[in-house]
Amino acid sequence: MYFNEEFETLPRPALEALQLKRLQAVLERVYAHVPFYRDTFNAAGIKPGDVKSLGDLERLPFTTKQNMRDSYPYGLFAVPMEEIVRIHASSGTTGKPTVVGYTRKDIDVWSELMARSFVSAGAGKGDIIHNAYGYGLFTGGLGAHYGAERLGASVIPISGGNTKRQLMIMQDFGSSVLTCTPSYALFMAEEARAEGINFKDLRLKVGIFGAEPWSEAMRDEIEAKLNLDAIDIYGLSEIMGPGVAIECIEAKRGLHIWEDHFIPEIIDPDSGQRVAEGERGELVITTITKQGIPLIRYRTRDITSIIYEPCICGRTHARITRMSGRSDDMLIIRGVNVFPSQIESILIGIEGVEPHYLLVVDRVENLDTLEVHVEVDERIFSDEIKILQRLAKRIEKEIKDKLGITCTARLVEPRSIQRSEGKATRVIDKRKL
Amino acid sequence: MKVEQISIFIENKSGRLAEISRILGESGINIRALSLADTSDFGILRLIVNDVEKAKSVLKECGFTVNKTEVVAVEVPDRPGGLSHILNVLDSEQINVEYMYAFGERCGGNAVIVFRFDDTDKAIETLTGSGVHILDGERLYSM
Repeated sequence: MYFNEEFETLPRPALEALQLKRLQAVLERVYAHVPFYRDTFNAAGIKPGDVKSLGDLERLPFTTKQNMRDSYPYGLFAVPMEEIVRIHASSGTTGKPTVVGYTRKDIDVWSELMARSFVSAGAGKGDIIHNAYGYGLFTGGLGAHYGAERLGASVIPISGGNTKRQLMIMQDFGSSVLTCTPSYALFMAEEARAEGINFKDLRLKVGIFGAEPWSEAMRDEIEAKLNLDAIDIYGLSEIMGPGVAIECIEAKRGLHIWEDHFIPEIIDPDSGQRVAEGERGELVITTITKQGIPLIRYRTRDITSIIYEPCICGRTHARITRMSGRSDDMLIIRGVNVFPSQIESILIGIEGVEPHYLLVVDRVENLDTLEVHVEVDERIFSDEIKILQRLAKRIEKEIKDKLGITCTARLVEPRSIQRSEGKATRVIDKRKL
Repeated sequence: MKVEQISIFIENKSGRLAEISRILGESGINIRALSLADTSDFGILRLIVNDVEKAKSVLKECGFTVNKTEVVAVEVPDRPGGLSHILNVLDSEQINVEYMYAFGERCGGNAVIVFRFDDTDKAIETLTGSGVHILDGERLYSM
């Protein structure tokens, strides 16, 4: 089953010809309207007209998250603000988030790609889609919502949280498709068990899970506990939001990336050179139809590999394998992106806290947990318990307020955090994905 | 009139108290009084010792976080209502006790209690004004 059979099954030569045409057009647009691209292309000695084949893409410079931050908020937009109909921003960044803007056409494309993704996952017009992704600046909620409406399904915009109510609605409304993070799905399973609800009695048949890394073992667990097919979806706000790539229910092997809108490349994160087909590396994406904020060779920092071999589902679009990590130190905690440096800057901002800290990430009863260990030195030490407890509470509150993550602050003795070659280990990730 | 107390930050894990008492013992430092306040994650050990500076420096050398705080050692008549009278005097002046603990030795016939007040100077003034006897550091460390 396809949502847009013509484009989803376009023979590769035709698909690549379309990609080249769209690539050339987007390069002309960004060169004309975005000073950043004009400058970086000029510095690299390349003009849009020099790109005559898809192979020439490699000659263009990369775009990074830092470039987006430097252009905060609208510096990389390629259209006047009157044409922007929606603004999203990346979750959980302190100070300056990365901002993305969508034209009406961008929303339209996104809705279609999400609708295609639903069909790829086995959902259809008659489904009741229980959308438990968060609604707001985060792209998850609205992205899935618009796709569900485009598909013509019935969408329940329940957003995240209040698990008991989610379960009640799932039972009473007959939800047949669940969209949320994989860890929240497992959390729901535990809550359901406590409430005496058996998923075999529900109508759920498919779950579309993303926004955080997960594993085949987690898929097995989710499928067994929730009695549904668990499908992996990939997306990032910089590129669009959810629906950049998704597994098909037929194969459940690799995520089809919608190549008529995105050109994927896999590079060695250190050298920046492309790796051979099938080899692991960092995913780089060029958006070839976006109007609001087109990104050329955007470094996602996600580690994956790509396969072009035909898929049993009939789609001709390449597949990327399940994300296996990051080429930077970004952590994804309950779907929120966090860099250790963001937590560090919060700690420095709290008077007297020496930034000797350690982040311990774990998954307890299917929910990610974050412990922030902070060494207590003489400047913050007090003979009164309440002052130290207040400090711990303040650290927890500032991290919650600025990054949106609930954490536990633990005060530890000086030098109890390991240092190697003078540099401290900043993160211990105990999650077994 | 004030007495110096050292406080040490300790995580709630086995062997920390033993470690501190070993370090002090090996340096010939005598612990005169102590109190331990704890939470589920950490504790604060407060000590009155016979050599404050030395205790502070040997513990710091061993990597502990150590602070020095001024507290007040008050003589409390060893009879029913002895402590009550002192606390009433403080309460009438709205001076708060952050924490307190008893000193091991007696002074004459009286018990000695170490107080940490929110306003140390006002506490000393109020107590001496009410005829309560306060011990100075010299006296206390050598008791």
